[in-house]
Amino acid sequence: MSEQSSISPEPTAFVFTDDNLKKAQALIDRYPSGRQAGATMPLLDLAQRQAGWVSRAAMDYIAGLLDVPPMRVYEVATFYTMYLLRPVGQHHVQVCTNLPCWLRGSDDVLRACQEVLGISPGETTSDHRFTVAEVECAGACVNAPMVQIGDDYFEDLDHASMKALLEALQRGERPKPGSRTGRQCSCPAGGPTTLKAVPVKGEV
Amino acid sequence: MLSDKDRIFTNLYGFHDVGLKGARTRGDWNDTKGLLTKGRGWIVDQVKESGLRGRGGAGFPTGLKWTFMPKAATPERPHYLVINADEGEPGTCKDRDILRNEPHKVIEGALFAGVSMNAHVAYIYIRGEFYREAEVVQAAIDEAKEAGLIGTRACGMDWAFDVRIHRGMGAYICGEETALINSIEGKKGQPRLKPPFPAGVGVFGCPTTVNNVESIAVVPTILRRGGAWFAGLGRPKNTGTKVFCISGHVNAPCNVEEEMGVPLKELIERHAGGVRGGWENLLAVIPGGSSVPLLPKDICDHVLMDFDSLREVQSGLGTAAVIVMDRSTDIVRAIARLSRFYKHESCGQCTPCREGTGWLWRMMERMATGEADLEEIDVLEQVSRQIEGHTICALGDAAAWPVQGLIRHFRSEIERRIAARASRRAA
Repeated sequence: MSEQSSISPEPTAFVFTDDNLKKAQALIDRYPSGRQAGATMPLLDLAQRQAGWVSRAAMDYIAGLLDVPPMRVYEVATFYTMYLLRPVGQHHVQVCTNLPCWLRGSDDVLRACQEVLGISPGETTSDHRFTVAEVECAGACVNAPMVQIGDDYFEDLDHASMKALLEALQRGERPKPGSRTGRQCSCPAGGPTTLKAVPVKGEV
Repeated sequence: MLSDKDRIFTNLYGFHDVGLKGARTRGDWNDTKGLLTKGRGWIVDQVKESGLRGRGGAGFPTGLKWTFMPKAATPERPHYLVINADEGEPGTCKDRDILRNEPHKVIEGALFAGVSMNAHVAYIYIRGEFYREAEVVQAAIDEAKEAGLIGTRACGMDWAFDVRIHRGMGAYICGEETALINSIEGKKGQPRLKPPFPAGVGVFGCPTTVNNVESIAVVPTILRRGGAWFAGLGRPKNTGTKVFCISGHVNAPCNVEEEMGVPLKELIERHAGGVRGGWENLLAVIPGGSSVPLLPKDICDHVLMDFDSLREVQSGLGTAAVIVMDRSTDIVRAIARLSRFYKHESCGQCTPCREGTGWLWRMMERMATGEADLEEIDVLEQVSRQIEGHTICALGDAAAWPVQGLIRHFRSEIERRIAARASRRAA
């Protein structure tokens, strides 16, 4: 369950932008009529994408849109860990420290965060550019260790490449997501052991 | 050893075009209509004949599961197919590859499954962190709709079929099918008591079947090549191919599609570059994701990778996520890390799990430093038995099993730490 506190500078109001209101309607349409509460999760996500986090005002607004009691929305927003109940830095650096990442050096990745940013998991830099968080398995275990920054995964990290990644972000660059060692998805380093021939049309 | 001609996921690594055009060159959507016109009975029979067992962890026969759905849908109670892509079992990252590199296999499989169970709508529940993967799947859905493969007249048939994405938001428990159903309804992801089973009362109160992504994605190839082809791979009751994820202390961690029943040692040595420092440097392997008990090296020397072989050695195939640990591993701390995970992910609904996972973690932290009494090892084992089997869902079991496996195979290491700490204190 979400371990974040909801104590934060609360805005008094929240409304979707016109563009997001259209997106919200399309999301609501994914659920049967009368079952629009199904859209609670995607609308909370949309609100988070708009404001950077989910405020109480945003929850109340979504409850109104979906015609459900606000408590139903609070329950959802506080259950799922990806809803940010307080603002985070511009770069939300989420370091996986679960077993497969730990076996391959996630401690070194956390150390790199500490060295470059001067903060520990759960903290935000004073310029609000970086927040570091420790997260559970992100499902990229054969590319461990990894971090998620925003919507992107950065994989096959070590101490040096994590430092380089953070320093690039500090310089305002946009590093390419994916493997730091340059391999393709989950293909073994050194090239595939299977499927070496390009599939031919009609072959299944 | 599986040959390339029997591999289903020919774009597992994304070396080729993931879009519709590329998918078609690999055989996806090839005469789908022709296969559909053979009828839902034929589809279910082929899947049954294939011997396919669910790829999400439990290994329940997929074809049989489909037959649990009511025969006919009513307008008030439409049927739903739900595809579980809430991949989050530590060690597991196979569904991610299928979503991002083979999305059309998922959509085509959804259509076959949907038709066979009278469902006009499929929801794909994709874990929230897989945002980029959800983008790929949405693009594939849009393409398939545009091409008339799904939509109001799927493949030109008198059958409306829609595929919709519901993104999770960071709760491991939503991989449990009834928690996942609650989550689609916009609720907290807490598991439901069964019965009623989803085939009777599922999402929105309607008959629902929940299948793993990989289970759905292999269906089109099974139908094209025949259930007998799939059943001819692997071993009896453990048939077909499987995407394995090999992580941890190997030279080349990777995902790879292999035949069910492949020897663990061959899997690691042939595809993952071998154990770091050589096979003799192996300490233990968790063969099926974090929830299954670990295996020490002497069992790893010979064990086969399938449901029944791993059950015989008191572990399990689970999600086929192989976590390799060499002799440098602090094995007690490794399992303690998993205990922390289950404590974090417990939904809090059942007392044995809510209280027990935290207790297990605290005990495991003490076992890691040796700050415990020898008798507490038995207490730890007994309490894990009190959690196991006494909760609504299997998360309680999943928290208990890694600890039980550690005590079963590495009790002497725990005892050594306790003794070492005691002697340090005495000195």
